[in-house]
Amino acid sequence: MLRILQFLYSLRAFLLFLLLELVAFWLIVSNNSPQGAAFFNSSNAVFGSVLKTQSDITQFLDLAGANEELLKQNAELLSRLEKIQLSTDSMAYPPLDSSFVAAHEFSSARVISQTLRFAQNHLTLDKGEVDGVKVGMGVFNHSGIVGRIKSVSKNYSVAISVLNTGLLVSSKIKSTEVYGSINWDGKTTQEAKMLYVPRHVKTQPGDTVVTSGYNAIFPEGIWVGVIKKVEQGSDQNYLDITVELSTDFSKINYVYLVENNQLPELDSLYQEAELINEY
Amino acid sequence: MNIRSLITFIFTGIILLIVQVLFLKNLAVFGVAMGFLYLMFILDFSISVNRMNLLFVAFWVGLLIDIFYQTIGMHAASATLVAFIRPYWLKAISPTGGYDETSRPDLHEMGLSWYISYSFPLFFIYSFLFFSIDQWGTGGLLGVLNKSLFSTIFSMLLAILVQVLFFKRRRRI
Repeated sequence: MLRILQFLYSLRAFLLFLLLELVAFWLIVSNNSPQGAAFFNSSNAVFGSVLKTQSDITQFLDLAGANEELLKQNAELLSRLEKIQLSTDSMAYPPLDSSFVAAHEFSSARVISQTLRFAQNHLTLDKGEVDGVKVGMGVFNHSGIVGRIKSVSKNYSVAISVLNTGLLVSSKIKSTEVYGSINWDGKTTQEAKMLYVPRHVKTQPGDTVVTSGYNAIFPEGIWVGVIKKVEQGSDQNYLDITVELSTDFSKINYVYLVENNQLPELDSLYQEAELINEY
Repeated sequence: MNIRSLITFIFTGIILLIVQVLFLKNLAVFGVAMGFLYLMFILDFSISVNRMNLLFVAFWVGLLIDIFYQTIGMHAASATLVAFIRPYWLKAISPTGGYDETSRPDLHEMGLSWYISYSFPLFFIYSFLFFSIDQWGTGGLLGVLNKSLFSTIFSMLLAILVQVLFFKRRRRI
């Protein structure tokens, strides 16, 4: 017995090493599932405030660019508003019912920290529970989709970026209405793959890809990107489509959050019909 | 280690962590080379330090970095591995006559060529494990090797530069 104890004691460094590595890998696995709640991350108040102070300073330098983008978007929205107001015929409006009015709710947030160079990238936002942010909300900016909220603390939240190999976003090719899933392949920050587009579909470089209506988090028609390459690929059933993302992930300052108000209703319906809700 | 050098050491560690989290986090040279400067803190521990303590320190420092990087566990796992291998590597490359027990394996103490041969494999093991975990199941081995090699070189250059510029040459007796 004493021998065994002595033997174990002589191995103590190795055993401790094994234990620590196991803990580390357990943390990695339990935190890396896209749906899983993360309990140790920068949405924590202390780390969040450090990151916020840093971004306060660095984003001050980017204010001019951010302003310009906001102006551009304002102009676009104004022109859209103009189009709507042109039809003065009151009969042209569809009857407003409650489910039409508030299908989606929007709010804004600032990105205070983000990673770009890993296979699993995340963003930290400066809005949290007190501002009405909930897990599962969609994140996008004026040029396209950005990600989905993964975990929320009191004042901060963490979103999985589209540049995360674990996130699938249901989307469609605008011209042909063909559905597929956008998934990042971990290579460059400008491109992603569009999966599950059948081989018989005719599509070509230059086609626009937007979010689909099957999507439970984004409203229909938010920009994803433009098809860059269509190849036959090695898969027997599906095309190998490369999409150039319209969002410039190296220049994200301000983002919009969207909440699907019908999600609880949809969820319970899916549950009743025994379908799994894929995001 | 007397109290004064201990305080300097901890202070250096904190500065390294701040630099890592505030500056190097957002930096990737040519998109592949990332600087893991904070690992210098673990490499620079005195040679006679207790292994168990070093493992604990490496784990917690790695976890702290992880929280800022949003990569929970990845830095911790890699740093712990480096802390575990370090004593064996130190033994393997000990100069003739052995080490001065109280000395630290840093640039001024041991010289440039020794420091490179000491730190290069450790930085490489660190980056290799880190990028392997990161790219798990997605990228090929070549991408991982590419990233880890350039990150190793970049981190080592940073470590040498920092020591040349900011560390005082200790007076020899």
